[in-house]
Amino acid sequence: MVGVTRGYRVFQTVNGFVLAIVVAVTLFPFIHVLARSFSGEQEIRSGQVSIWPKGFNVTTYEKVMSDPIFWVNYRNTVFYTVVATAIALVLTTCYAYVLSKKHLKGRGLLVGIAVFTMFFNGGLIPNYVLVSSLGLRNTLWAIVLPNAISVFNVLVMKAFFESLPVELEEAAAVDGSGTYGTLLRIVLPLSKAVLATMLLFYAVSFWNSWFAGFLYMDRQELFPVTVYLRNLIAGATSGTDNTATSEAALQIAASIQAVTIVLIMLPIMLVYPFIQRYFVSGVMLGAVKG
Amino acid sequence: MILTDSTVPTDATKDPPEAPMRPRRRSWGRALRRDWQLYSLAVLPLVFFLIFRYLPMIGNVIAFRRYEPGGDLFGEYWVGLRYFRMFLADPTFWQVFTNTVVIGGLTLLFCFPLPVMLALLLNEVRTRWLKGFVQTVSYLPHFLSIVVVAGLILQTVSVDGVINQGLRALGQDPVAFIQDPDWFRTIYVSSEVWQTVGWGTILYLAALTTIDEDLYDQARVDGASRWRQTWHVTLPGIRPTMITLLILNIGTFLAVGFEKVLLLYNPLTYETADVVATYLYRVGIVSGSFSYAAAIGLFESLIGLILVLSANSLSRRVAGTSLW
Repeated sequence: MVGVTRGYRVFQTVNGFVLAIVVAVTLFPFIHVLARSFSGEQEIRSGQVSIWPKGFNVTTYEKVMSDPIFWVNYRNTVFYTVVATAIALVLTTCYAYVLSKKHLKGRGLLVGIAVFTMFFNGGLIPNYVLVSSLGLRNTLWAIVLPNAISVFNVLVMKAFFESLPVELEEAAAVDGSGTYGTLLRIVLPLSKAVLATMLLFYAVSFWNSWFAGFLYMDRQELFPVTVYLRNLIAGATSGTDNTATSEAALQIAASIQAVTIVLIMLPIMLVYPFIQRYFVSGVMLGAVKG
Repeated sequence: MILTDSTVPTDATKDPPEAPMRPRRRSWGRALRRDWQLYSLAVLPLVFFLIFRYLPMIGNVIAFRRYEPGGDLFGEYWVGLRYFRMFLADPTFWQVFTNTVVIGGLTLLFCFPLPVMLALLLNEVRTRWLKGFVQTVSYLPHFLSIVVVAGLILQTVSVDGVINQGLRALGQDPVAFIQDPDWFRTIYVSSEVWQTVGWGTILYLAALTTIDEDLYDQARVDGASRWRQTWHVTLPGIRPTMITLLILNIGTFLAVGFEKVLLLYNPLTYETADVVATYLYRVGIVSGSFSYAAAIGLFESLIGLILVLSANSLSRRVAGTSLW
């Protein structure tokens, strides 16, 4: 009776089939866009390209990669990501460490100040007005500062710090180590795993962000590469132009779009298999506490 | 350093008698002297919260005041509820409000239950590498920029894209999906499912591992079929997780993926695609009616807050589980 019934075997087969479909549907758009990126203009335009390149070529790659603005924007993305992640990591670590100290007077208030912002925020217009009137437009800070701390990440890190044995820090304090010293020499070396998780959370979110760049940058040479892509696809969504010339321009954009998408995804896809488990453990850690 | 040093023994000796009394008696002065290094670490983050989170909240006063671009951050003079009366009488507002409710409702309808089902299916997979593989693949869309997602969608549904190729193979005429208002919701919701279903299983899979195996054994002894085990053991086991996520989903119900709509819509599809957030973006930032847009934004945030609070209290009363 505990053994495998016929019905259950049927179920297992059906289940395997359903999951195979899930995998196929998830991967399909990636394969499609990859195939298009290596295909010829003609073949794409006549709708022949599905999962395998037709009219194989790499000229579109050469064309996109020879566009100096593409590289300027790509470099911007790397630069914005590095600076923003570094700042976010420092601020998040500091705040999470403070919040993890149970004895601290006013700790509840400090937690409340952060958590309240998860449920209520100022909204687009006041944020825009603020960033503009602080004079941050067209600077790196418009991207970095408004998103410098994610409360979810603070809670993940706080949960981790709370799980560290108290004795270690007490011993350090007895040895005459101050808070800063304990944090730097005792706590952080033990927190490499959670620091790596936080680094990835922030780096991926800044790498992927586009709206701040779109909103606050007026000059092309300041755009992150996501805004470069946005401007390419914006031409494709506005279906109002019907003239022959813009039709041709849109079609050329099709393979260029595919190549740009591939080039932006590439770094994330390459590291994805290695970083995925850090994300999962981070989410769990946050969920347990949050 | 010396301060921390000297307080450690004092604290140790003070702790036992303190327990029955209220520990609140430590004064702020003492706490500051003792933990000033800790407090100093909180200063910069607090400045961040003050400037970039709380100041914009206060900045919402421009919804009640006349604001001049480039003028005072908090507006020039009071106008009362003028902007609220304006948008409540604006037919476009009600149009985008309806669109928001419809898109948000459809998203909730599909994006909430599907991860539960996928998690249950994954839970039945006995081959470890296979389960890991499906998980890895299904999490992938979560890691992409929304711009890349929009690009993938546009390529897939374009006139020369793969869906139209399928239609042509069936002898149908190609459809310009992205320019057709009747298709916007379908595109939005199905791509939302594509993006979120895999990642959404994580918390359920974690909850599934905590269910006591004994419960299954007992159910089997009672002669329960696999299906009945799922219904009577598995689902109750993940119910708290489901309720928590449902509350969160309802709370963010009106915050329909603003960035995705902004990337996918166009004037031809406004009638179904335009949502409150994109409307206030165009009215406020593109056209410069900041106060009017701020009034709409404040209205939306308040509804969001009310939704979270009521979903939470409802689930506390009905299901005995709540976020706080």
